[in-house]
Amino acid sequence: MESKLLPNLLEFLEALLSKNATPEARTWLTEKQKLVQFSDSAKTLYLAFSSAPRYVGKSALNLSSEELEQVNQLRNGFNPTNWTTDQLARTILLLSLPSENAETYSKTILKLFGTADMGELVALYAALPLLPHPEKFVAQATEGIRTNMGNVYEAIALNNPYPFEHFSEAAFNQMVLKTIFVGKSLNYIYGLDERSNPDLARMLSDYAHERWAAGRTVTPELWRPVGPHINEAILPDIKRLFSSENETEQEAAVLACSQSSYPEAQALLDKHPMLKHKISEGQLAWSHISQKAITA
Amino acid sequence: MNTLNMKFIDPHIHMTSRTTDDYAAMQKAGIVAIIEPAFWLGQPRTELGSFKDYYSSLIGWERFRASQFGIKHYCTIGLNSKEANNEALAEEVMDLLPMFICKEGVVGVGEIGYDDQTAAEDKYYRLQLDLAKEANLPVQIHTPHRDKKAGTIRSMEVALEHKLDPHMVIVDHNNEETVKDVLDRGFWAAFTIYPNTKMGNERMVEIVKQYGSERIIVNSAADWGISDPLAVPKTASLMLERGINLDDIHKVCYQNALDSFGQSGQMKESDWLENTTIDQSQKLFNNSILRGGQLPTIGEIRTNPIFDSNIIK
Repeated sequence: MESKLLPNLLEFLEALLSKNATPEARTWLTEKQKLVQFSDSAKTLYLAFSSAPRYVGKSALNLSSEELEQVNQLRNGFNPTNWTTDQLARTILLLSLPSENAETYSKTILKLFGTADMGELVALYAALPLLPHPEKFVAQATEGIRTNMGNVYEAIALNNPYPFEHFSEAAFNQMVLKTIFVGKSLNYIYGLDERSNPDLARMLSDYAHERWAAGRTVTPELWRPVGPHINEAILPDIKRLFSSENETEQEAAVLACSQSSYPEAQALLDKHPMLKHKISEGQLAWSHISQKAITA
Repeated sequence: MNTLNMKFIDPHIHMTSRTTDDYAAMQKAGIVAIIEPAFWLGQPRTELGSFKDYYSSLIGWERFRASQFGIKHYCTIGLNSKEANNEALAEEVMDLLPMFICKEGVVGVGEIGYDDQTAAEDKYYRLQLDLAKEANLPVQIHTPHRDKKAGTIRSMEVALEHKLDPHMVIVDHNNEETVKDVLDRGFWAAFTIYPNTKMGNERMVEIVKQYGSERIIVNSAADWGISDPLAVPKTASLMLERGINLDDIHKVCYQNALDSFGQSGQMKESDWLENTTIDQSQKLFNNSILRGGQLPTIGEIRTNPIFDSNIIK
């Protein structure tokens, strides 16, 4: 992230907190921010970070669509839709900590990770795309993907541009696969389409085969990152979807083919002119498949 | 009349040693909230990192695991008396404690106190009393198995010497021999219903008959030993059967735990009253506990305590 954006972003987050919390909460936080900014000891940050929910509450943020747009302009891909007031206050504290020295800054933050409770982990991981020296936290974020705590997992994997920008291909692929494995929607993985790759497509196809062999189904969303990489090995999977009685699976097959330049995939697409037409008319997209998968 | 619709708090239980079956049974029996005191592992730790990861698991994974069963999980954080005897390690642990005690859901410093009543135990007990006072947190005191009565009295006298308000101190593992001293001094008196070693619940009934319900608290201290995570609801059921009124049962099996540990500001009744449906399949918590093929529990939380026997000897 470009550091020149930081003051604007911080101002925006502060204003957001003022709107969503009491004046007393805002006063408390301003005071702690000053302490964090000028104190030599990390203890000030640790105590304020820990006790934030006590002073600013834990209610869900109320974001207007204008605010969402604004925040996305300040930081591409950043999406605090599901954030809470304590989470916002904790993020503001992290951004108030002096960060000129990358080593000192990252050491302090990583120590917070090491002793964090569930709510703190959510705040820390979701704040990663905003922090200075983001490259210092790649190992931590990759480790975080191994969590078994659902809400912590979501904080990293969903609505967060950090994995898109910093994860290795192997780590990103593992995250996509785990997202499906734990039953969450791919639709919220930032930059999924840009980061799809042949190896991910192969892994997803293998996963589908494993599920089918066990007599289970897979979410039709699975085929989204597969589409652009359809090849000889994957084509039978797509044919299987086309022959499914499940309408959503057929739609997923059409969408996958529409992303592919593989001639046989294009040929399959031409066999389904109605669905193809729906795509070109904007009536069928992966987000519709996700919506159906969630409400199913 | 039965305890079917009563809510219970077990303010001393070591859930990291227990199974998901226990959580399910506890929820079914009406337990809405629990407090897990930091303890030893049945054997001494040898590295600081083991303490750090243990404390982290109390506020992380275990909290999450409990939430999957509709139970609110709180904890107390401290250096237990047994491990205070490794002084080099104890020094390091003391530096670690401030990182944890102010966290959300940490309702006290505990369980601390005496085991063999050594000089090292005394030193770290006192240091942690000061820490609790500074953080304005309740203290959960473990009283010794051996030389119990003298150890209990000493625990309280040292707490008073360090200017702790008795109302902020929960003295645990009491019995017929210690209860009067504890209540007379204004401390909270907790009783552990633990088969064969600490208290049986028929004795507990007699104590409540004799001393009433004020400042008396029942817990299970269930851990990795032969113990009973349903000790609190079973004791409530036995009390009812033996003629103790519902008000008193409510106090010793719920309200007093809330009033004492609630002084931390970290534990409120609304934490569980305002969220009484669990859904293990919900988006937020998906698949962390459930493995393929298991059916999630969905619906209103109901209490339905049916015990083979409610007596714990």
